Amino acid sequence: MQKLLDNIIINEAENSVEIDAAPDRIPLKYKIVNEEIHRAIDEGYKTIILTNVAGQRFIGAALGGSDIEIKIHGTPGNDLGIFMDGPTIEVFGNCEDQCGNTMNGGKIIIHGAARDVAGLSARGGTIFARGDCGYRCGVHMKQYQNKRPVLVFGGRVRQFFGEYMAGGVLIALGLDIKEDGSFTKIENFPIAGSSIGTGIHGGKIFFARACNEIPEENLGIGAKVSDLDEADHQELDAVLDDFCAAFSINASEIKNMPFCKVTAVSKRPFAHNYCSKML
Amino acid sequence: MSLIHKTFPKFKVVVDREKCKKCTRCVNGCTFGVLSFNGERIIADNEKCVDCQRCAVYCPAEAITIENYPIVYSPHGTYTERIRKIDWFQSSTGGVLLASTGTDLPYPVIFDDIVLDACQVTNPSIDPLREPVETKVFLGSKPAKLDFDVDPDDENNITMRTRYPPNFEMSMPLMIGHMSLGSISFNACMSIYKAVSELGIVAGSGEGGLNEAFYPYKNHLITEIASGRFGVDLNYLQGVAGLEIKIGQGAKPGHGGHLPGEKVTQLISETRMIPKFSDALSPYPHHDIYSIEDLQQLISALKEATRYKIPIGVKIAAVHNVAPIASGIVRAGADFITIDGFRGGTGSAPRIIRDHVGIPIEVAIASVDERLRSEGIREKVTLIAGGSIRYSADLIKAIALGADICMVAMPVLLAMGCRFCQQCHTGNCSWGIATQRPDLVKRLDVDISVQRIKNLFHAWNEELKEIMGAMGIDSVESLRSNRDRLRYLGPNPHIADVLGIKHVGE
Repeated sequence: MQKLLDNIIINEAENSVEIDAAPDRIPLKYKIVNEEIHRAIDEGYKTIILTNVAGQRFIGAALGGSDIEIKIHGTPGNDLGIFMDGPTIEVFGNCEDQCGNTMNGGKIIIHGAARDVAGLSARGGTIFARGDCGYRCGVHMKQYQNKRPVLVFGGRVRQFFGEYMAGGVLIALGLDIKEDGSFTKIENFPIAGSSIGTGIHGGKIFFARACNEIPEENLGIGAKVSDLDEADHQELDAVLDDFCAAFSINASEIKNMPFCKVTAVSKRPFAHNYCSKML
Repeated sequence: MSLIHKTFPKFKVVVDREKCKKCTRCVNGCTFGVLSFNGERIIADNEKCVDCQRCAVYCPAEAITIENYPIVYSPHGTYTERIRKIDWFQSSTGGVLLASTGTDLPYPVIFDDIVLDACQVTNPSIDPLREPVETKVFLGSKPAKLDFDVDPDDENNITMRTRYPPNFEMSMPLMIGHMSLGSISFNACMSIYKAVSELGIVAGSGEGGLNEAFYPYKNHLITEIASGRFGVDLNYLQGVAGLEIKIGQGAKPGHGGHLPGEKVTQLISETRMIPKFSDALSPYPHHDIYSIEDLQQLISALKEATRYKIPIGVKIAAVHNVAPIASGIVRAGADFITIDGFRGGTGSAPRIIRDHVGIPIEVAIASVDERLRSEGIREKVTLIAGGSIRYSADLIKAIALGADICMVAMPVLLAMGCRFCQQCHTGNCSWGIATQRPDLVKRLDVDISVQRIKNLFHAWNEELKEIMGAMGIDSVESLRSNRDRLRYLGPNPHIADVLGIKHVGE
């Protein structure tokens, strides 16, 4: 790969390219960083390591290829992995807004917190964040055939979690998970803000809390809370195994916690609101 | 005691018993359950008739006529028949009334109050049949100026330094508006996409995804990213003529979308990429766009996703503050803006919004054009105007008011055989246009529809050339925003001021 800038280290043996996103401590524009990623992928490199990332947006936008790996050191900007369909992005730091926006496939693993609207309208793929997430995460997620997005947040989640949800799986654990994988339960704050799953008409939200720990008034319109059945447990356990493996957490301890789920009261919440007539 | 009060039908189907051959073709053709054959004669349940005219058109004996139901509503100028029916019906159902097409209320059409200019004596008109009159347009942002580099060793070696933004070449200033598979049928979509490919123009995909069968035509399609993000994947984003972020629609500004589960058939499920029979709800706003800065972010994301190869646009409904909003959209980096006027159509929308929200396209296009000009950013965008462009006269006037391209939808449906019964939201279209029922969809012949759409657009383009020739204008780009060629001949001269055109005689 021709080095247009001297911020690139190529490791042919590992088939990887390392790009410094802030050479001389001055962050590069997102267009330049993303173009360098495209160039590396076009030339056949499979692993791209970004260092000193400081808010550059749209990293991994509309990238395909499930064998592509992007490792990000720093804080990627908004819309990380937007429209992405295949690659794995690992973030050693926190994310800004809308990571995994309209994602179709692939994986985003965040060793930190995700901010607002993570997984907006995702149809597939996985987002694991060790820490908290912001407002309106998982809004209008859907699913189709074998595509089923899965979002797991180790910490707590803010208001409108799973708003308009039409499919997929959202999980919040309400834990304070340390870098070494040890964790404690967050006791002082509720696991989720108000309006959980408002407008939900498909998919499942799991909380690592008993039913009675989710106050009725925090549920959104069309959402109900209930205990898990056997199928839910199987599905949840498989996801938790993956999540725990990503952050070196003892999975059995988490799986033994009490869990509840929030689902839709009806698949057709607004079916009877409309009518028509020849005037 | 019933909650439902007896009301009378709107129409009455009259079968001439003398002429009727009892072939029952009308019964088989009726999709609203009006007609049946009782063994002796055709009988009609008038309450269900919507005047789609399928029975009357296809009666081999011409035995069927459809009349207004002969009941008189005691006259009242305020509580009209329409108002009374709304109040009666909503008392029965408690529901929000749905409707389709554009508003049926008799709002004044400002286009009809504008007259055009022509050359006499002092400048020559042009014969468009024998001299070049250009109607080609380019959809996309235009640079304010071009910079060139001259080779210091060879002054004849000149290269353009300006990176020209992506533009899509169109043979005429017309596109077909966004109608999704779901709002209209597979055959209707196929007819539209084939027609635009052959005409060298573009059509909108609507917000319902793009079926694989339409991929061969996608280089003539503008695909739409709406709040529901249905069917948005790499195939939908890449290789298309343009991408459009749908913020609003003229028929329902500020409203989301709701495709009821019963309309999500196998075909719709594949296209929107949602499970069969599940509701497809489009949230009212985009939840990643709460400001112009957020819009800039999604525009930039789409440019990144397409690697700056295609124009990215934004569609908004014409609302009161449309001009400053459009200015913000240009500054957010859009290559084109589509403005949909309040008389624009829909496959289904709450009647209350369709009939009462928004402003006319004539005013919106003039005020947006004026605003962008005064700010020196007009050439940064292509302005597309839609929402009741009914025939070529509206096209010509809209361009002279400031539009680069007009977006047309209802006339395309008329070309395919629509009778304007305004029942698209029921999914029962007897002409195979606004329906998903396979037995009805196959009533629409694709090849004939393609030819009829091409004929219509060819005729409009020829009429545009005729008018341009009469005005002595040889390129449609010189007609654009040429308001001096318009005069106002209507009841309210203040409208002329708002449009920036002179009154007749001035």
